Formats: sequence, structure tokens, C-alpha cells
Amino acid sequence: MNAPVETNAPIEIQPDETFILNVGPQHPATHGVLRVKMEMNGEYIVDAETVIGYIHRMHEKMGEIKTYPQFLMNLSRMDYLGALGYSHGHVLVVEKASAIEVPERAEYIRAIMVELNRIASHLFWFGAFVMDLGGFSPLMYALQDREHILDMLEAVTGSRLTYCYFRFGGVYNDIDDDFISAARKFIPRMRKSLKKYHKLVTGNIIFRKRLEGVAPLSKEICRKYGASSAVARGSGINFDVRKNEPYSVYPEFDFDIPVYHECDSMARYMVRMDEIEQSLRIVEQGLAKLPDGPVMPKKKPKIIKPPAGDYYQAVETARGSFGVRLVSDGDKIPYRLKLRSPTYSNMHLFDEACKGMMIMDALAFMGSLDLVIPEIDR
Amino acid sequence: MNLTLLNVIVAVVIAIAFAALNAAYLVWAERRGAARIQRRPGPNINGPFGLLQPPLDGIKLMAKQLTTPGGADKVLFIAAPVLAMFPAIMSFVTIPFSDTIVAKNMNVGVLMIFAFASMGSMSLVFAGWSSRNKYSMMSSVRAVSQAVAYEIPMLITTITVVMIAGSTDLMEIVNQQSPSILHWNIFPLLGNSHNLLMPLSFLIFFTCTLAETNRAPFDLGEAESELVAGFHTEYGSMGFGLFFMGEYANIVIGSCMTTILFLGGWSCPFGLFPGVWWFIIKLYILIATFIWIRWTFPRTTIYGLLNLSWKILIPLSLFNLLFTAGLIKVF
Repeated sequence: MNAPVETNAPIEIQPDETFILNVGPQHPATHGVLRVKMEMNGEYIVDAETVIGYIHRMHEKMGEIKTYPQFLMNLSRMDYLGALGYSHGHVLVVEKASAIEVPERAEYIRAIMVELNRIASHLFWFGAFVMDLGGFSPLMYALQDREHILDMLEAVTGSRLTYCYFRFGGVYNDIDDDFISAARKFIPRMRKSLKKYHKLVTGNIIFRKRLEGVAPLSKEICRKYGASSAVARGSGINFDVRKNEPYSVYPEFDFDIPVYHECDSMARYMVRMDEIEQSLRIVEQGLAKLPDGPVMPKKKPKIIKPPAGDYYQAVETARGSFGVRLVSDGDKIPYRLKLRSPTYSNMHLFDEACKGMMIMDALAFMGSLDLVIPEIDR
Repeated sequence: MNLTLLNVIVAVVIAIAFAALNAAYLVWAERRGAARIQRRPGPNINGPFGLLQPPLDGIKLMAKQLTTPGGADKVLFIAAPVLAMFPAIMSFVTIPFSDTIVAKNMNVGVLMIFAFASMGSMSLVFAGWSSRNKYSMMSSVRAVSQAVAYEIPMLITTITVVMIAGSTDLMEIVNQQSPSILHWNIFPLLGNSHNLLMPLSFLIFFTCTLAETNRAPFDLGEAESELVAGFHTEYGSMGFGLFFMGEYANIVIGSCMTTILFLGGWSCPFGLFPGVWWFIIKLYILIATFIWIRWTFPRTTIYGLLNLSWKILIPLSLFNLLFTAGLIKVF
């Protein structure tokens, strides 16, 4: 039963026998309004072109016409699954620019929240990815675990999906004992679920056959397109902004960066599953080390007007390294706010990597990239 | 039993009603089963336990307009869903549910059911071809290769059983197995062949049934994450409804055949009260397994599917056929 894993192997192409297949903008596998124009030779992909921009909402332009606090809520509309990571990048760069001191408790709360959000995002990805492969049930299990995180976050932040929780200088609301006990209960529960997922899904023979050795991504192609997150780490590139360019209180946590060298879809899957465990470790340590104190600084400028200059801050979100470049001319609205979204880079390697694959492998590969379309289009 | 014309007509009507009722209520059973596996309630609003869901769904589907996509081959487009349902219903006519309950027993019952089962895959080809949709087209191409690949091991396995029974009459095949559970073809320790490899044949037959009925993990024809909805992408209204019901009717046929060929039909495992209820129990256990498998496994790939058939199932079933022939000669 050796499945021919010779994806990307040269196939005989008859130019007059190919046809164009429009995958999307409304297609179950693209999870949003992404369109992929595929030139097909039977079931094999000869050429593919991703077409984006169907839900472009001009977030960068909004960044240039809104004051800093007004723009805060836009960040969580970029990536609706891992919203807090994006807000984190934005508040960090503005704090860096206008030299706002953040209380330590607020930093810890931010880290805990971002990691919980990362777990929620990975859980949803896990469910959706297995659904891409045709297994519907794991999604329901993953969503049930995710629900616990959303409930916890809702109690503190006030919203379930598009949070506006971080403020310049701290967070909007202190976490209470209910949250802490809920989070403490959640950690062993999630570990148990992870074991269950590994039993239910990772060990499944069909699942393994569909992922192992399929869609190999070399280090070179990851570097060429600037891939990050599990896409790069599944190809053996040990890069995580939390370790390589530490920010916030991450240096104080003890956690590992899972790196796999198989370069295939299975490696990307395993990286994300291991990241859930690492995030749990961070939350556990964060809850243990959580200092007392205020969550907003005592001294904070009323109107945020960073001095003129060019500032950049990268953070590791659930989908990879997200960068915010802020160019300020000293006014209360930024001169330019460039958002470097990780999925944009991760997606664009699809065009090159999927050549020669069969459509079902290519769409499984696309699932393993963890695309969130609003985040690509911004 | 005296087969007068009236008897036959009544029996045929009952067979068709059974097929249609099963097809409708298996949709409900599948949704409830899936919900149970996924820890959610499933359809539970309409009627007790949601039992009114299938007729209401039917009314909704019938009330919808049947649209034909522009440029589609209209005749084939309309014919395809009918062709999906009709062979399944026809097959029910020859299936014996007990030694008395059968619409029209034939001494070539096995052949007839396989002939109609092959027609079922034609409906997928017609639907995919006439829809004028690339996804449907790709799906129907897959369906053809799948049907070809899986009918061969299925037939070879059936021939093995037919050889043991010495008859293509379904009644006769069951009668051969009725003495005790050890005469059943799934493990015929006391039959006339003593073939200990028959559990393997049972597995092959069951796998092929899964593949033939386009069920997960072999539902490549309607792989919704790749081919949108496969061959029935362009169908709405009762066209879609017929495809849907045809799939479930085919599951019932497949399970009936498995019961008859391997599980001793209506004979009881302990020799108590043989009758139609044992058939029904076995049938629904098999169907429940179908549902269970569908909601547990992800989908295979098309090359994985074809490799499984050509490289594993066909050689194994051929070997078992020869082995059985040898054993019959010896004993």
C-alpha cells in the first residue's frame, strides 16, 4: 500500500489538455474568500495562482487616519481566531515609541491571555484541518475545548472573538480569582484532551498516510517567502520571535520551541499540537508567577503622541511572526502603520510548492498552512 | 409460497416502501448517530426524537425549484438522480428477508443485484458529465475508477461464497448457512468448505461495500473539501434528494448482501426463533457500523484508494477464491 509520495515529481504535461479550475472565492477548503486559480492536468496541479483581496478592509489606511486608541480595536479584526496576539504587537510598538512603562502584572496578564488565545486558535485550526481531510468529528471536540478558553476570556475581556483588551500601558481589566481558578482547571483538562486527540487523530492510519511525506517544504522556500510559525518550524527552521527577539515577559518563562525536520504536512501538524502543550506551560508558569500590583501605569500621557521616528515590533502570534512598523511624525495619528501579517507570507509559498501535487494533497497542504483570510487581506 | 400476480405486486410495493422508508430514516439515523459521536443533540425538534425531520426535509426539497445549469445536458441531468434511486429499489425485489418474505426470488439473485449495483455508478457518471461543472466532472471520473476498482474484489469474494453454497440463489445461500453459527460464511468451521480465511473475505466484502456506496472514508466522489459536493454540486431540489436517498438505499442493499452472504441471513446465532427479526438486527448493526466509520475516519486519497483495491484486495480475494476451490475439492 505504498502510496506514491512523489509529489512535485515531473509529470507529463500536455498543454492542450489542461484546464483552469477556480478554487474559490467560495470553496469549502479555502475557509474564507481566498481564490486559487489552478491549472489542472487531470487531478494534478500544473500551475496555481492565489488571488487575494476579496475582503480587503484597508486596515493600514485606517491606521493612518485614526488616533492610536481609535485604532486599537482594528487589530483584533485582522485575525479573528488569534486576535490578542495582534493587539499585543500594536500596543507594544506604541508603548515602545511613546516610552510608556507597563506594570509587571499587566505584562504577565498579557502573556497569559495571548497564550490562551493561541491555544484556542490552534484548537480551531486542528478541527478545521482534520475537516479538510474529511474527518468531521474532531472539530466538535476541539470546539468544546476552545469554548472553555472563550468563556474565560469573555469573563475578563468582555468579548469572545474580537477582543479589545490591551491598552497602551496595560490591560483594560484585571483578572480575578474566578479566571485564575478556571485557567488552573483548564490546564490539566487540555492536557488530557491533547492525549485524546493524539490517540484519535494523530495515530489514525489514513490521517498519517495523507500527511506523511506529502507537500515537502524546503528550508529555502520557507526563507524565500518569509514563512514563519509552524510552516517554518515544520521545515527545521528554529525561529520563534518569543525566543529569538524576546519581548514582554517571555524571557522569564521556561518553554521550548517545537521544531520538526520532516518538512511535510505531518511536521507542521505536530509543531502546532506541541505548541499547545508549550502554551499550556507558559500559562501555568504565568499563573504561578503572577505578581500583585496595578494593571495600568500611574503615569500615562493623556493623548498618545509618540515622538517622530521609526519603530518596529515583532510578536509571535498563533499564525507566525507579526510585525508592526510605526512611523510617527509626532502627531496624534501615525504617519504610517505597516502591518506585516504572517499568513500573507505563509500563503504565497503555496503557488510554488503545490505544483505537481494532486488537488487533494494540495488542499490538505493548504490546510496545514493555517490560513485566516481576513488576516491576509487586512 | 404461492406466487400469484397479486402477491408479487403487493410484495414489490412493500419492497419499494421498505427501501424508501429506510432511505429517508437512515438520513435521520445518520444525523443522530453523527450527533452522538460529536457530543451534540442533532435533529431533535420536529416530533419525538426529531422523527418528523425526514418527511419535513422531503417536503422542503420537493418545494424547491429544480434548476438546470445553463449548457447542461438536460436529459442526462434529469435522468441521473432517477438512475441513482431506481437500481437500489429494483435490487430490493430479489432480496429475501426471511424464508417467506421475498418479493420475487430468483435463482440468479446474486447476479441481478450486482448488475443493478453497477448501474448505480452510471448515475454518478451521468450526473458529473451532464452538470457541465469541472468539480462534478472530476468527481465522476473518480467515481468510475473507484467503481471499476472495487467491483472486482467484491465480485470475486461473492464468487467464493457462491462456490461454497453451490448456487446463485440468495435463498439457497442462506439455507446453506442456517444450521448453526459455525455454518455462517464469516467463519464456516462446520460448512462444507471449512475455510478459515473467510473472515478475510468478509472484511474485503465490507470494505468494498463501503467503497461502492461512496461512503467515508472512500467518499471521494463527493469529497466536500476538495470537490465542493462532487457529482451533485449542481443539483438542488429533489434531484439532490434522490441522490441522497439513493446513497442510503445502496447502504441498505450492501448491508443486506453482507448479511445474506456472510452472516447467515435470517438464521439465529443460537438456533432460536429464526425469522425476519434476526435479519433486521444484523442489517442495522451493519448500518450502524457504516455510520460509525463515516464519522470516525478522515477521507483517503484517490491513489490510496486505488492502491488498496488493486494491490491488496484483488490479490487477496483471488487467493481466497483459489484456496476455497481447493478446499471444496478436498472435502
